[in-house]
Amino acid sequence: QIHFVILISRQGKVRLTKWYSPYQQKERSTVIRELSGLILTRGPKLCNFVEWKGFKVVYRRHDSIILVILNLYASLYFCICIDPDDNELEILEIIHHFVEILDRYFGSVCELDLIFNFHKAYYILDEILIAGELQESSKKTVARLIAAQVNVTERCVSLAF
Amino acid sequence: MEQLKTIGRELAMGSQGGGWTGQSKEFLDLVKSIGEARSKAEEDRIILREIESLRRRIAEPDVPRRRMKEYIIRLVYAEMLGHDASFGYIHAVKMTHDDSLSLKRTGYLAVTLFLSDDHDLIILIVNTIQKDLRSDNYLIVCAALTAACKLINEETIPAVLPQVVDLLAHPKEAVRKKAVMALHRFYQRSPASVSHLISNFRKRLCDNDPGVMGATLCPLFDLITADVNSYKDLVISFVSILKQVAERRLPKAYDYHQMAAPFIQIKLLKILALLGSGDKQASGHIYHVLGDIFRKCESSSNIGNAVLYECICCVSSIYPNAKLLDAAAESTSKFLKSESHNLKYMGIDALGRLIKINPDVAEEHQLAVIDCLEDPDDTLKRKTFELLYKMTKSTNVEVIVDRMIDYMISINDNHYKTEIASRCVELAEQFAPSNQWFIQTMNKVFEHAGDLVNVRVAHNLMRLIAEGFGEDDEGADSQLRSSAVNSYLRILGEPKLPSLFLQVICWVLGEYGTADGKYSASYIIGKLCDVTEAHLCNDTVKAYAISAIMKICAFEIAAGRKVEMLPECQSLIDELSASHSTDLQQRAYELQALLCIHSQAVESVIPLDASCEDIEVDRNLSFLDSFVQQSIEKGARPYIPESERSGMFSVSNYTSQHQHETSSHTLRFEAYELPKPSPTPAAPQISVSTRTTDLVPVPETTYYTENNQASKLQPVLDASSADHGIKLHLVGVQKKWGRPTYSASSSTTSSSEKKTNGVTHLDGVSLQSQGTLYDSKGQQSEVSAEKQKLAASLFGASAGKTEKKPTSTQRAPKANTATAERPGVARAVSPEISKQKAASSPPPDLLDLGEPISTTTPTIDPFEQLEGLIGPTPGPSTLDNSVTTSEQKAPDLMALYTDTPPSSSSSISSGLGDLHSADKNSPMAKNVPSIKKGPNPQDSLQKDATARHVGVTPTGNNPNLFRDLLG
Repeated sequence: QIHFVILISRQGKVRLTKWYSPYQQKERSTVIRELSGLILTRGPKLCNFVEWKGFKVVYRRHDSIILVILNLYASLYFCICIDPDDNELEILEIIHHFVEILDRYFGSVCELDLIFNFHKAYYILDEILIAGELQESSKKTVARLIAAQVNVTERCVSLAF
Repeated sequence: MEQLKTIGRELAMGSQGGGWTGQSKEFLDLVKSIGEARSKAEEDRIILREIESLRRRIAEPDVPRRRMKEYIIRLVYAEMLGHDASFGYIHAVKMTHDDSLSLKRTGYLAVTLFLSDDHDLIILIVNTIQKDLRSDNYLIVCAALTAACKLINEETIPAVLPQVVDLLAHPKEAVRKKAVMALHRFYQRSPASVSHLISNFRKRLCDNDPGVMGATLCPLFDLITADVNSYKDLVISFVSILKQVAERRLPKAYDYHQMAAPFIQIKLLKILALLGSGDKQASGHIYHVLGDIFRKCESSSNIGNAVLYECICCVSSIYPNAKLLDAAAESTSKFLKSESHNLKYMGIDALGRLIKINPDVAEEHQLAVIDCLEDPDDTLKRKTFELLYKMTKSTNVEVIVDRMIDYMISINDNHYKTEIASRCVELAEQFAPSNQWFIQTMNKVFEHAGDLVNVRVAHNLMRLIAEGFGEDDEGADSQLRSSAVNSYLRILGEPKLPSLFLQVICWVLGEYGTADGKYSASYIIGKLCDVTEAHLCNDTVKAYAISAIMKICAFEIAAGRKVEMLPECQSLIDELSASHSTDLQQRAYELQALLCIHSQAVESVIPLDASCEDIEVDRNLSFLDSFVQQSIEKGARPYIPESERSGMFSVSNYTSQHQHETSSHTLRFEAYELPKPSPTPAAPQISVSTRTTDLVPVPETTYYTENNQASKLQPVLDASSADHGIKLHLVGVQKKWGRPTYSASSSTTSSSEKKTNGVTHLDGVSLQSQGTLYDSKGQQSEVSAEKQKLAASLFGASAGKTEKKPTSTQRAPKANTATAERPGVARAVSPEISKQKAASSPPPDLLDLGEPISTTTPTIDPFEQLEGLIGPTPGPSTLDNSVTTSEQKAPDLMALYTDTPPSSSSSISSGLGDLHSADKNSPMAKNVPSIKKGPNPQDSLQKDATARHVGVTPTGNNPNLFRDLLG
């Protein structure tokens, strides 16, 4: 059971948040602040897991995703909060699975894609995770669904305007 | 070069952004300026400005729909960055009504991100969701289902439920999958509302589409977690699915990094772990496919390791199988030896699971574990502490708890500090080697995490100091108390102490501060006054302090000495008499009153060292009899008991009612039962529950079961002697202070067969562990001596202990030592046996072999059954039997000496039982004769058994066996 997914940049900027368990707006800010403090300071060779308030947070840093603004190459952290008895390695791979699908969709995803098209990232995430569970593990299926949606959407757009 | 890239990116972004979404320049500028913001404050300013402009524009009449879509997305953005955009929620809701899929999806996305499931606007969306679920366009249905997962709450489930169920048969697999997930979510929200639909999940398991099947595993996992037994029939189906998945029968699209559908495999393994837990038959079906996966899984990729880890979890959860356990241990050691911290972490976790079944797995990895413990990575360190916590026993408790406390002091994270403090306390209570150590440890814990630990812990500590070792040794008790007093007087010098700790200190100083005559009353009183001065705003501490002063004064007066009132004490009393707290006021006035009365009266008000005395409560209120008599004589109406008033109960029923009153203080909702002729069984219960009117309530349940056992086995035992038995039991068993935490050994089917084999298994452990220790020492001579020392202290078996062995075995065959060691053996093996033993013989101290206590033969002898299992020989005569049993147990004694842990971790070994004894038995049988005295008919029997066992598992990877064979 996944409680939330957060994407934060190296500078601690939020790129995407998805909450599967109920959190108030205030709690959300606290969670993000505490976690970015915890995760961004960790060294590169340490575990990709941190224990946090009885939960476990699995994070993965993606250096392939580069931030270009200000000519800084920075990485994006994908964080997923899970129950203490879940399989961390599996979650780590779910993150990777998500990134691969983003890659396929955006064509080698960069952080800018996520910044300007964050709602699309949400749609993709909705196809992979639903209600805190992994819904679809086939990249092809996800890609097909997303493509169908995009096609319809574009047709709608062209019809409507 | 980098700049070139940047430009390229920006160009690409510009074209993409424009082409796909038609976002306006404004939005791009906004995102850009946020990206360039140097500080959180700057970012906030930009977003607030943005929100203001959106608020204005969104409310304008006739906003074009496409423009509105962008506004909504901008609101989502603002909300994501932690700002309130609630003014726009209603517009997002409106957008879900739109006919265009593009706008509808945006609307749904926004509401799922904005609204929690108890928001008032949900009710406005339900209608839309209902309509969309009926749509012909499957993409709209998908969007509605996704939204339903997030938004539908308990009250609105019935509104959409029928449609969602219909969608389970939708031609599009994407819809079926989402419908399954939606139903799962509904089940999580409110299990009752979908309980009649659970069969649908079973049906969907056979769906043609692997995606739908995979999704169905999520709800099934939850359902099986809640109720394992109703799904046992699915074991075979799950196994066959897993088999097919592992054999790559699924479409290629489900492959992930050359693994065949690993996520589905992991989910299936989780489910099988639940279904096979403690179920030999179900586990039998699982073994084969698990073995296959172990073989096929490659440990080079991360996902392969994830599957392997899940396999280890599964193996350690289901009914044990020796081969699979070996494979699991092998994978675990690969994890631990890996360079990757992630894998080390998983390895430590896996090791924690495996040692529950087989404690000696840890031996091989002791140095790896210690490396992890000293790793700079906090996550790894904490995981290792968790492992150490699981493998704590009385031999290594000091090292482990010391380490834990050191770590506890070093961290700031309150959440984890609380956890580790409570673990320290738990371990110390369970395994403390001495009371001195216990008190010192508790002091440290209190000093550094005092405000984080449970109040119960403080009460336990006070009770321990008050009760001491036991009834017999007053000298040791007073020594303990004076050492406590000494340490507390020293600690009081520290500037900042947690309130709970101060309460303990005050109480102990009050009770025992002047007991040994080392400190004068005025000195202690002065110290207590200092405490109240240093903690002006803490009323509880003040109350404890003033009560302590009162006790000291009372003891002084009772001893006939004059109490001269210190000025600071007088001012304290004056201050508290005028306190806002009535409690403090009362205490102060009581103290003043006490100072004025006669010494004899004082002595009966506050007797010396009476904290452990039972206070007799006269339930019949007999002291009022004369008053009642007088009143009746004066013409008052006599009291009619309730039972007589209702006319249903006879007076003889009183006892059973009485019993209910004592045993349960809660409201009873069931009807009173009819009167029973014999209320005798109630007797022991009552005596127990009154006994617990001690300082701190002792958990009653254990005593209760003891009593039951006692009365079952020895019906002649009367209540008082049963009580006596309890006391003895308490003293003899090492875990004096904690609840006996017997882990629920999962297998309910565990028969005597397993228990007895558990005994032999333990022998193997101790012997083998020593063997491996030597080996590892030989190999790793370059490892620092300090680490080795730590390893030795953590992992028990040390060279010094081996020397003890022969003497103990020589003693063992003597006639009635058997009874002496039996409690220990039983304790290591299974709680059931230990209870039987405890009932049949007053358990002597574990290691006290010098004075064996002869008892009557127990009614059930588990070792008789052992005979039947180990060898094919028919049961010998009783005389023979007694000899053989004692010899059988000789090695157990060694196990006791070395490292038989009375911990929960080892008692689980009963589950492992017969599987492991197979290969563990052999080295024992070979080693034992060398230290045995004289020839023995049992030798041949055992050798025969050994031969059989070896024959059964020729490939058993047992280093000792090989050493024995190859020299």
